[in-house]
Amino acid sequence: MIKDLAGPEIIVPSPAGRDHRAQLIAGPSVATGRSVIGSWCDARHGPDQVRATPAGPAPVLRRRTPEGPMTRVRMKVDGVLYEDDVEARRLLVHHLRDGLGRVGTPIGCDTSNCGACTVLIDGDSVKSCSVLAVQADGAEITTIQGLAGDDATRGDMGAWHPVQKAFQAHHGLQCGYCTPGMVLAAVDLLKRNPKPTESEVRHGLEGNLCRCTGYQNIVKSVLSAAAELRGESPDPGSFRDAEPATDERAGASA
Amino acid sequence: MTEQLDAGMVAGEIAENPDALSKPYAGGELGRGRRRKEDAKLLTGQTNWTDNITLPGLLHMAVLRSPMAHAKIVSVDVSAALELPGVIAAYSGADLADEDGALPCAWPVTAEMVHPDHKPLAVDEVRHVGDGVAVVVARDRYAATDALEAIAVEYEQLPAVLDMEAALADGAPLVHSDKGTNRCFDWPFAGGAEYEATKAKADVVVTRRFVQQRLLPSAMEPRGVVVAPIAAADEYTVYSATQIPHILRVMLALVTGIGEHKIRVIAPDVGGGFGSKLNVYAEEVLCLVVARRLGRPVKWTESRSENYQATIHGRDQIQDIEVCATREGKLLGLKVELLADMGAYLQLVTPGIPLLGAFMFPAIYKMDSYSFHCTGVFTTKTPTDAYRGAGRPEATYAIERIMDELAAELGRDPMDLRRQNWIGHEEFPYDTVAGLSYDSGNYEAATDQAVQMFDYDGLRAEQQARRDRKDVVQLGIGISTFTEMCGLAPSRVLGSLSYGAGGWEAASIRMLPTGKVEVTSGATPHGQGHHTTWSQIVADSLGVPFEDVEVVTGDTDSSPKGMDTYGSRSLVVGGVAIHKAADKVIEKARRIAAHLLEAAEGDVEFAGGSFSVKGSPEAKTTIQEVALATFAAHNLPDGMEPTLDSDCVYDPENFSFPHGTHLCAVEIDTETGFTTIRKYVCVDDVGRVINPVIVEGQVHGGLAQGIAQALYEEAVYDDAGNLTTGSMVDYLVPTAADLPHFDTGRTETPSTSNPLGVKGVGEAGCIASTPAVMNAVVDALRPWGVTEVPMPATPEKVWRAIHDDTGTLRDPGGTVAYGGASTGATGGAAGSASTDPTDATSGGAR
Repeated sequence: MIKDLAGPEIIVPSPAGRDHRAQLIAGPSVATGRSVIGSWCDARHGPDQVRATPAGPAPVLRRRTPEGPMTRVRMKVDGVLYEDDVEARRLLVHHLRDGLGRVGTPIGCDTSNCGACTVLIDGDSVKSCSVLAVQADGAEITTIQGLAGDDATRGDMGAWHPVQKAFQAHHGLQCGYCTPGMVLAAVDLLKRNPKPTESEVRHGLEGNLCRCTGYQNIVKSVLSAAAELRGESPDPGSFRDAEPATDERAGASA
Repeated sequence: MTEQLDAGMVAGEIAENPDALSKPYAGGELGRGRRRKEDAKLLTGQTNWTDNITLPGLLHMAVLRSPMAHAKIVSVDVSAALELPGVIAAYSGADLADEDGALPCAWPVTAEMVHPDHKPLAVDEVRHVGDGVAVVVARDRYAATDALEAIAVEYEQLPAVLDMEAALADGAPLVHSDKGTNRCFDWPFAGGAEYEATKAKADVVVTRRFVQQRLLPSAMEPRGVVVAPIAAADEYTVYSATQIPHILRVMLALVTGIGEHKIRVIAPDVGGGFGSKLNVYAEEVLCLVVARRLGRPVKWTESRSENYQATIHGRDQIQDIEVCATREGKLLGLKVELLADMGAYLQLVTPGIPLLGAFMFPAIYKMDSYSFHCTGVFTTKTPTDAYRGAGRPEATYAIERIMDELAAELGRDPMDLRRQNWIGHEEFPYDTVAGLSYDSGNYEAATDQAVQMFDYDGLRAEQQARRDRKDVVQLGIGISTFTEMCGLAPSRVLGSLSYGAGGWEAASIRMLPTGKVEVTSGATPHGQGHHTTWSQIVADSLGVPFEDVEVVTGDTDSSPKGMDTYGSRSLVVGGVAIHKAADKVIEKARRIAAHLLEAAEGDVEFAGGSFSVKGSPEAKTTIQEVALATFAAHNLPDGMEPTLDSDCVYDPENFSFPHGTHLCAVEIDTETGFTTIRKYVCVDDVGRVINPVIVEGQVHGGLAQGIAQALYEEAVYDDAGNLTTGSMVDYLVPTAADLPHFDTGRTETPSTSNPLGVKGVGEAGCIASTPAVMNAVVDALRPWGVTEVPMPATPEKVWRAIHDDTGTLRDPGGTVAYGGASTGATGGAAGSASTDPTDATSGGAR
């Protein structure tokens, strides 16, 4: 588990989500929560600063406390043990990307809303922008690059995780930027709920935003992967590579 | 490169694998749902996003942005930032003013258009929250961002300009004081003069004001730039998360004065765009200028908060619409008066966006006259520009909403009224009142299919029952029978609209010695699956296996010519260019094959990847064998160059016009104002389809964004000009739980504008869905006399529309009843559609 280095145990929500519907009902004003990355960025560009409308000279902003001493962290990422000295404020996602070169995990926002940076920490899905690298000391982390092992990385699609296979079979991705987080959130969702309904999948992935797919094929992918993980025959998918297309979708061509 | 290979070595390899040169073509590539070639890297985290790029000695740039909507810059002092550890350089706007040029606007819509100077970093004034003021370059991204806090900027606040109508009033504070006006341009549509005469003959006139709220495109990958200089040679490689590497290269050269031939632009893997990466941005110029100064590679990666302030916004128009008709429901004319918010500056095509809509307000309907006038207005907000649909969603919303309003005025079923007025399938090609020539369409077929899938009559009956019993949850039904203009664009048309470039697209095909095929395309993908679709087109044309085709895009070195990706143009222009390039390869190969087969060229036929001689079917050779023979060049016709390559630059003769019918049923809780989409059915006709699964995915994504405009998203500025929806906390990009299941269908009416018969699909869903949802919302509230709910139709706005000032639900004034019949010309009793709704909707596979 995530070890607490400097205070009370930090609870990492999993899957890290937001009560989006509550926001929609109540309107934007009740939006709550400020993530670590949010405060890191907002100090410069974010709502706190821009909402201030100083008349006359702008105040010179308080200078941030210089970096404290480095802290040594050990973590296993995709099967490899790493030991590094990191700044206390360094986000896990920045450590993964800039420190360890594991750039398969992208960053899509600075408020922990989008979920693109989701990884598995000791098997649970966590938004890696909402965790400091020092909090992940001692953890075992799986990114999209390590989900299915080296064979999958080298091009053996047969070695892919069922969720990865299902995303391809059902066109569950377009630009692919949300995909690493979406896949890992789905892996965690199916671990907790092996036989979800469509609605449970939709709500279970609420913490992960996608701008391309409209989610329909993502939901389809996750339901199909669930079937495969249960040992049932998965939905073969929308694509028909082997034979010329026969349009089997709703309301086929007139 | 291939010319340097040894022919004997290649032949040896082929001898070990004799099938390589004669792999049969299985056929049927067009219309086949191929799995995407793009997915393997995306699903295993091996993607090359711009922010993934690292280089030896790479420096990181951060931008200090204005916290004020409008202010004079009194002073900028970067000296304290330079004292911080790890900081290499820091510059104010004044420091770079001599070399960072001005950001381009390529669409001066009128000769008189006011075109303010737009520096990558503000020098004298900031004009929107997020306007860049200074940059820091440091050893890592934390150090660069930290150092921004040490920059001291003194501002003198100026009045914000936020409301378009107030901005045009006499004495209004000015966004650009040197220009003397906030009016950017006036653009009238020529030929609209007859409208008043038409109106005089009309029995019914309906006017409405619709507001297209400001939207944030929100591509999941924020923007990013890396510039790698070889300063000594004045050569630069620019990596950018852009939709337009080719246009960017030209523009960077023009802006910075660096020779175009010294700039290489690479769009690596790009994580969505939706128009927001169709631009030339300050940070692209700044990274280039700073890298040139420092002689070291520089990277800038946008945070989401920056993205919401500094990347273009979409929509933001006020539309005053007037439609006139006869008592019998025949449309006579349409008048459109538009205010379009430019924001503080003109980005690449900012002023042209409303013009892309100008021609589409008449949509699928026949009418006698059309009047259009648009005024562009400057405000102290982030500039607007192309966002998915770019002008056409706004136009489609206005016409589809006012058709419902006209139907209500006439007491007609809104579907019935549309049927009365749309262009019949037998009337194509059809010249519209706006001067376009629609290539093809069959609105009847798409609508009939959609009505069946939706169970239109059943839902109308349920709606009436809910109204009659004053159910707490009311049902609304919305229709959108849309068309759109895609495949930008015939170059001469763009020229007539004063756009600064053409609308062609380039493609090259190289047959490699082993029979594999390399295709380069100027259409640069960012999620659309170009590499898969292009492979299918080439495999079909050349008769080679799908797997043997490799597509190269997004790098001005390897795909040097292109007009890039926007406006649903890739397949319609770029795909056709590839198809034509393949034809050129075949024609050259035919001459070589004839030579090899010792036959007359006219007697050689090509089918399924093989050339054969008429009348002697045993005399044949595959195109792969011809490729190897061409490479060896031992036995070619006299004077023939030993390559089996081709180039094509295709300039379309016309746009293509996809269309479709979208039907939406919403349930509205009258106690909370909460809207739930109960059913969404769409039948799209995008012409001939290459990959039906990719096409359906494009429709899904468009629907999500269009629905989001209707129900969730709005960029909100407060009275001081602060963007209060400044992050994903407040700007409600919908989640999986917010969106319904979509029931999609398709009809296929081939385009007559191009030889593939294809139309665009990237924007269709986004264009069609917003009015479908909003028509449904208003329809649900029609008994209360509601004729418009501002977007997004949040619970609060819906609730206010039907409650009085004391918070009491108003009493519906009367019963509104439509005919119920959707397929008959005269309305009447429900049930005139004879189809079994159970069968019709079962394909939805819920």
